[in-house]
Amino acid sequence: MAQIVGGIFTSHVPAIGNAIAKGLQDDPYWKPFFDGFHPVHRWLAAAKPDVAVLFYNDHGLNFFLDKMPTFAVGAAARYENADEGWGLPVMAPFPGAQALSWHIIEHLVASEFDITMCQEMKVDHALTVPLALSWPGADTRPVTIVPIAINTVQHPLPSAKRCLALGRAVHEALRSWKSDERVVVFGTGGLSHQLDGQRAGFINKDYDHFCLENLGPAPDALTRHSAVDIIELAGSQGIEILNWIAARGALGESVREVSRNYHIPISNTAAATMLLETVTALQKVA
Amino acid sequence: MTMPALVPAREAARVIPGTSLFDGEAASRGYALNAMCYSFNDAQNRESFKADEEAYCKRYGLTREQRDAVASRNVLAMIAAGGNIYYLAKLAGIFGLNVQDVGAQQTGLTVEEFKRRLLAKAEN
Repeated sequence: MAQIVGGIFTSHVPAIGNAIAKGLQDDPYWKPFFDGFHPVHRWLAAAKPDVAVLFYNDHGLNFFLDKMPTFAVGAAARYENADEGWGLPVMAPFPGAQALSWHIIEHLVASEFDITMCQEMKVDHALTVPLALSWPGADTRPVTIVPIAINTVQHPLPSAKRCLALGRAVHEALRSWKSDERVVVFGTGGLSHQLDGQRAGFINKDYDHFCLENLGPAPDALTRHSAVDIIELAGSQGIEILNWIAARGALGESVREVSRNYHIPISNTAAATMLLETVTALQKVA
Repeated sequence: MTMPALVPAREAARVIPGTSLFDGEAASRGYALNAMCYSFNDAQNRESFKADEEAYCKRYGLTREQRDAVASRNVLAMIAAGGNIYYLAKLAGIFGLNVQDVGAQQTGLTVEEFKRRLLAKAEN
């Protein structure tokens, strides 16, 4: 079976991509956020994952409202990034872990998750920014990828409970994947923020801390709120916590927190980074 | 003809101040505007819009309300006309507005005031 080494959870604000392009990591505005990635870099150097499974949401690069899947799993050999319309540099294509994608898809559908499968899927900043943050300075990353997109734009949205169950089903799929590959899971977006309406600029530290406290030891606590409750608590785009919840499910039962960073504000967002290591990975290292 | 409510009563009854939920009704109403904004992923389309805004909006069949909202660069009016912020952000980019400019416009603050308000949230 594949070995799940841990999970990287991070905000994916587009402005972070611009800050990377301009080399602003040590700029006073950006440093408190970028510093949160030092432990992630050290951990990745030791954990050496081969594959990244990424839970994220598309912002109108690949999916439009004409066809909006609730859950979409990539099954491509290669994923292109592209112009999103507002000037973020386009990144080099990412190689897909195609065989693993189909294995995950088989397992999800057998587990009664009626997902959409995509052999062509452009990936936007919600996927590229976390990869650029995790492996800085490289044009290519040392991992192949499986992107899993969750609808966070068009209501009705999936519930937090369903997203956690989806992640747990992905965990089972990874455990039954006959390979010695090392897998890192990503959950991207959040934390609290709202871009639209008179409440634009909304941030809720209390809810964010509730999420950070419970994500590792008690992820089911995050499913007590409905999607609309989460929008009230975390802002319209704070609903991206659904990606974190799904990614947490994919890590399995027990995890250990390696690092955590929380910083207000990056652009309009309460930005956070968290690294959780699986207990199996821990035993292997020890 | 009025459209029957598409959202379940429980969620439709929910009011979050200063926040609109992008539900089926809004997505139906805003389709033309959002479709136009989605086209702005393509640099050539952004140029065509800049060259002849009126013709470009016409091509996508914007409603009068949507056309007026775009002409006045008024983001709250675009949202009221069914626009979704993920797509509207691409239009705002053409106008040279980032999400903080858009936040300031919607809250009636200057951009500096809006940024200060965000910074202050770290403190309380």
